[in-house]
Amino acid sequence: MDYEFQWRPVLRSLPEMLWGALQTIEIAGLAMMLGTVLAIFLALAKRSGKKYLSLPADMWIETARNTPALFQIYMLYFGLGSLGLQVGSYTALLLGITFNNAGYLAETFRGGFAAVPETQTRAARSLGLGAVQTQWHIVIPQMLRAVFHAMTNQMVWSVLMSSLGVIVGLTTDLTGVTQELNVVTYRTFEYFFVAACLYYLISKAFTLSARVVAWRLFRY
Amino acid sequence: MIAIENVHKQFGTLHVLKGVDLSVQKGEVLSMIGGSGSGKSTMLMCINGLEGIQQGRITVDGVEVHAKATDLNKLRRRIGIVFQQWNAFPHLTVLENVTLAPRKVLGKSREEAEAIAIEQLSHVGLKEKLAVFPSRLSGGQQQRMAIARALAMSPDYMLFDEVTSALDPQLVGEVLDTMRMLSKEGMTMIVVTHEMRFAREVSDRVAFFREGRIHEIGSPEQIFENPQKPETAAFLKSI
Repeated sequence: MDYEFQWRPVLRSLPEMLWGALQTIEIAGLAMMLGTVLAIFLALAKRSGKKYLSLPADMWIETARNTPALFQIYMLYFGLGSLGLQVGSYTALLLGITFNNAGYLAETFRGGFAAVPETQTRAARSLGLGAVQTQWHIVIPQMLRAVFHAMTNQMVWSVLMSSLGVIVGLTTDLTGVTQELNVVTYRTFEYFFVAACLYYLISKAFTLSARVVAWRLFRY
Repeated sequence: MIAIENVHKQFGTLHVLKGVDLSVQKGEVLSMIGGSGSGKSTMLMCINGLEGIQQGRITVDGVEVHAKATDLNKLRRRIGIVFQQWNAFPHLTVLENVTLAPRKVLGKSREEAEAIAIEQLSHVGLKEKLAVFPSRLSGGQQQRMAIARALAMSPDYMLFDEVTSALDPQLVGEVLDTMRMLSKEGMTMIVVTHEMRFAREVSDRVAFFREGRIHEIGSPEQIFENPQKPETAAFLKSI
């Protein structure tokens, strides 16, 4: 068994892979943003103490956290399809990661909300701010600070999870592009090694930019 | 005018207010004194609807606070409150702390709100601290900021809930001075306090709370020099 490494094909297709990487960044970033917004609602629903709100939120959170992400993406792709709602592989992946992100982040946020003292809400309400304004201007910003590091981890997880798009036939993200090139060239190791390096760089880039954002936002 | 009629308040089985009657006129400074658990702070929280009541009625300029139809957010614009724990918003600068409610509740423009905030912050001696975050302020400064924050809504009434109790002793004076200034300017104030000298000097009337009721109410001279009830005298002696 001797395998000769050949890096030239990989280098030649590097531009394609970088385009794929861009789509990976796009999917992970979008899924993170959507997931964050949904997670805020899920966490609030769980805190509301109203069964008809907390029960669905609980089901979402429990499913997202206790089943494989792969299954979640599959369910969205084939499950929605069988219900007559055809979604493309890009959408299925995006929704799948969003679903997963929202579930994990909701639990994180719940802890974050508990870290904001009740007296902050009282002070805000006594100034005449409404319930929604109080959440938006006072509670959520402080909650997000409390959970910022956990969010950074989820962001990285979101990038790595996006590689699962290949199972629903996505060919345009980093893993998809790599897989396409692999089946043509059979330079499996070389391609996936470079892809892994790119994933590493994307993850690091997100972590570092999160640090910059935190530094800008949380001066207090 | 704030009118309190036969107000009862219960936390579960704990009967905190057992029929309080009181009215506070425009321009009046009323101090509430009494032991802890006597219900004075709870009374304050009921006035702006932060706490519900089980019986009785509180009206502020004719608006019934606990009526279902009452828009509490609107009512609260006219009633400023300052808490024992000053409750600065830690993620906002001093200026933003004070401009938030005028902008979001009263719909003022940023410029207008900032002008008001700067005026109020100068008033309480914090003009130099506009861009600073509350964590960089002393407790006394945070408490004065909280006063400016409430004043920026141009309230008709100001409620103070033991605002100096959580402060280091050397910081109490600056906050009391600010409140003295407000009373001189004619602000209507209800002050829950343990600062007897302050209560005596600034108040028009002093109410002594005991076991969820107003046990004695009268001029500072009456309460402090010639209390009519033995319990009032005993309380004043004990502190």
